[in-house]
Amino acid sequence: MSSAIDIAASVQSGERSALEVLEEHLGAIAERESEVHAFNLVTTDHAIAAATAVDELLAKGGPLGPLAGVPVAIKDNLCTRGVATTCSSKILEGWVPPYDATVVTRLAAAGAIMVGKTNMDEFAMGSSTENSAFGPTRNPHDLSRVPGGSSGGSAAAVAAGFAPISLGSDTGGSIRQPAALCGVVGVKPTYGTVSRLGLIAFGSSLDQVGPFANSVAEAALVCEVIGGHDPGDSTSLPQAFPAVSEHLSDGVAGMRIGLITEMMGEGIAPDVAKRIRAAAEWLAAAGAEVEEVSVPAVTFGLSAYYLVAPAEASSNLSRYDGVRYGLRVDAPTTGEMMELTRTAGFGDEVKRRIMLGTYALSAGYYDAFYGTALKVRTLIRRDFDAAYERFDALLSPTSPTTAFSFGDKTADPMSMYLNDVCTIATNLAGHPAMSVPYGLGADGMPVGAQVLAPALGEVAMFRVAAALEGSLS
Amino acid sequence: MTEPTSQERTHTPASTSERITTEQVAKVAKLARLRLTDEELTRFTGQLGDVLEHAADLDLLDLEGVEPMAQPIPLANVFRKDVPGPILDRDEVLAVAPAAEDGFFRVPPVLGESE
Amino acid sequence: MSIDLSVWEIVIGLEVHTELATRTKLFCSAPNEFGGEPNTNIDPLTLGLPGSLPVLNEQAVELAIRVGLALNCKIDRSVFSRKNYFYPDQPTNYQISQFDLPINGEGWLELPSGKVIGIERAHLEEDTGKSTHVGGGGRIHDATYSLVDYNRAGVPLLEIVGRPDLRSGDEARAYVSELRAILVAVGASDGKMEEGSLRVDCNVSVRKHGDAELGTRCEIKNINSLRSLGRAVDYEAERQIDMILAGERIEQQTRHWNEDEGRTLKLRSKEQADDYRYFPEPDLVGLAPSQEWIDRVREALPLLPAARRHRLCERSGADTAQAALIVERGLDDLCLAALDCGADPSRTITHAEHNLSDPKALELDPEMFAKLTKMDADGDLSSTQTKTVLAELVQLGGDPGEIAEAHGFKAMDSGELDAVVDQLIAENPEQWQRFCEGDPKISGFFVGKVMKATQGQADGKVVASLLADRVPNAAKE
Repeated sequence: MSSAIDIAASVQSGERSALEVLEEHLGAIAERESEVHAFNLVTTDHAIAAATAVDELLAKGGPLGPLAGVPVAIKDNLCTRGVATTCSSKILEGWVPPYDATVVTRLAAAGAIMVGKTNMDEFAMGSSTENSAFGPTRNPHDLSRVPGGSSGGSAAAVAAGFAPISLGSDTGGSIRQPAALCGVVGVKPTYGTVSRLGLIAFGSSLDQVGPFANSVAEAALVCEVIGGHDPGDSTSLPQAFPAVSEHLSDGVAGMRIGLITEMMGEGIAPDVAKRIRAAAEWLAAAGAEVEEVSVPAVTFGLSAYYLVAPAEASSNLSRYDGVRYGLRVDAPTTGEMMELTRTAGFGDEVKRRIMLGTYALSAGYYDAFYGTALKVRTLIRRDFDAAYERFDALLSPTSPTTAFSFGDKTADPMSMYLNDVCTIATNLAGHPAMSVPYGLGADGMPVGAQVLAPALGEVAMFRVAAALEGSLS
Repeated sequence: MTEPTSQERTHTPASTSERITTEQVAKVAKLARLRLTDEELTRFTGQLGDVLEHAADLDLLDLEGVEPMAQPIPLANVFRKDVPGPILDRDEVLAVAPAAEDGFFRVPPVLGESE
Repeated sequence: MSIDLSVWEIVIGLEVHTELATRTKLFCSAPNEFGGEPNTNIDPLTLGLPGSLPVLNEQAVELAIRVGLALNCKIDRSVFSRKNYFYPDQPTNYQISQFDLPINGEGWLELPSGKVIGIERAHLEEDTGKSTHVGGGGRIHDATYSLVDYNRAGVPLLEIVGRPDLRSGDEARAYVSELRAILVAVGASDGKMEEGSLRVDCNVSVRKHGDAELGTRCEIKNINSLRSLGRAVDYEAERQIDMILAGERIEQQTRHWNEDEGRTLKLRSKEQADDYRYFPEPDLVGLAPSQEWIDRVREALPLLPAARRHRLCERSGADTAQAALIVERGLDDLCLAALDCGADPSRTITHAEHNLSDPKALELDPEMFAKLTKMDADGDLSSTQTKTVLAELVQLGGDPGEIAEAHGFKAMDSGELDAVVDQLIAENPEQWQRFCEGDPKISGFFVGKVMKATQGQADGKVVASLLADRVPNAAKE
């Protein structure tokens, strides 16, 4: 399969039509989707119409965007006008958004062709895509293993060649962890650089949309297309997305890179840690100053995250009540109707987090839980800031292990949450981070290296990621 | 209503080290409009207890004088001009509503009063 | 009312919600319009659709600042929070409001009486939709189903929370009336209570004079007019006093004012505090109006009712009640302009108070009005004639001198009037005797006779004084 950049170039030059490119990818989907289950919906008709429009535009000599004819898979928590958007939940049954998310509009304007809506953990709550109401997605590298989550479908779609690029959302690692487990690149940009308008909220102060791709360069291009100010999102930063593409070949010579001590010890599988040390060594060999650095507060990230994210989620998800859209379970009174609807419409993990968040915000507990967690965010931010005074970027594993098997962690939610231990602190701080494949673990499954940077430090982050990618080829 | 006085955050001493009880989970479920079976109540209480127990590590931190951070960005004063924009087509919206009548959303009788 | 106010003190605090007069809603660009077909002023945010996000309406903030400044509030950095509760007319099941950090803090308002009422805060929040209960005679508890309209959902509200400084139904009415005048003066609201653009929740408690503690309060909702406010306060105070006298405990409740029955009815107990789980709204950023903005708004504020009253009293000698009425009618500018044209101050105020209730009076030419007051003061016209000329002046305009001439008006020569009075006294000795004995009812008899004899040209006051002059001194003692 060709890269998004090659596809756009060949479509722009008229070498291949968008329709031909689409047919090729629909073919791949037809071949393997039944075993991978990356999609909740394959939008064939929609895609054919969009590809035809690109080809017609080319025929008329119209200007084509940087992603002309490039198939893209969209996580099913991004609103798509006229196309069902489910968050992999029964509660949104029957709902069709009357508008596109800003990122979807921007992709379409760049000429990208949506091929489908990808499977995910319900409302993005999970790390394995096992929490989907429509059944799990399988890891294309080993169908007995999970693809990670919550954006498991988007990661698997790229890994399986269903689309060269896809969009996911990352609240605590939901792009980076499945990217690592599926052996693709995944980016969580700085909070505020990519619009959240049309992203169905989980934890509003943590959520950020970002791309999956087979290469750092493709991921960079997608970030530049979807990023930048959106007046429809009050938390959108005023500037354009950092110009990362032009710095990908700058190398790392002279850069200062810190290996996070707290993410290299206990809880990290030795084969994963080994690959990350190898990455650090290679970066040093490429001319970077690499040192271990302690970021003490990150060890409290998991606790803070599992109070902040559920608190926001408990409120964000209260709108699903059977009154205006989605599922309704009838009952004699509105109060009972709401309760029965929510009870039937949400899965266990969503219920757990709603209850956890409700508890953390409730009278008498706010200060002890939610209030405390917000202060810990400040500590995490401070410790990162201190590290970034000495380093341009930081390095760690993305996930403590390679892809695990189905059912391994579903019985014990806490063991599943521990999977997010390396990714969560970034979201609490609002910083960017990305996962880039860095070889295989002892089980032959992909290992991801996580590159972290300060707010709006995407240029440094992409330089390091591109260097790591280059070291493998 | 007088916001700060009507719902005073009654700061009953709460600690992250107290194990959550089934009664508390039942109360929270009711607040969140979720109905739990007895089995679920027991199971969820255990699972939520585990998470909260893990969160007890926050008690170790000295947070004296640390400002809470509700948002990761330093933005303020983001506004929109007071200019009408597009509105939704009512028929399109009501067509996917669970129940509608005469241009309204229809719901079962509401007990209790609005705010 | 049977409350012994020498023993009991009524304590009232009001929470007034006012819809701000913006073109669009608080956090989205759907129109802020009253009435209309159900569910037509809706966009994704209004319906709480997944993926929708709020963006703050700058004009709503501007109006909130205007009101804050007019109420002498401290304008501060503020934060929006979510108030979580499930109710079908609340599209997200949380209301975006301001909780611990309101835009307008601590302020005050001066009643026409001169009493100062504290303002605790005036914060921004969004309105809810409206539910209609169908079947069961529209009563919520007996309805067979309900219909929800979200047109009003998201309309900007300013909630103005007053201190419990009010002590009677009349004072509560004066407060709302003053607040409404301020809101209208600064262009924040149309002030229409009946249409719901001004909604009053009333907290009432009672205690004995001298008690340091406040009594348990009840909150009364559904007050739709100033008249209802006064009635509801009086009813509720009496109810609470009766309970206390009967040895019962007052329960903290929310009560509903029933206009037809003239009483308050229990809606729900508030003994158990609701758990709204307030937390900072993560989809919005902080609000911190710059000093430049605040100064700009302050400079553009119109003169407010209290300042208008003070100015009028100073310039014209009007008393506070007269000033309150004249300012409420918006006639103070006319009066001041007339004074600038040399009007007689006392006649100006008297006419503005009694003879200019027609809205057309606002267009009166101050110079002509001034001229009329001078003719009146100089005795060129009788009071009846003055009223006739003024009425015509209001309706048709013109010059009061010419109008009087056209009607053939001139005040009577005093000698002429003396003769008429003397003749009537002579013709009616019996009545005159009663007049001299101080029978108050008989005065009108003579004035009427004089008016008839003079075809209305005599001035009633002058006649009364001529009659009084003729009473023998002995009878006066």
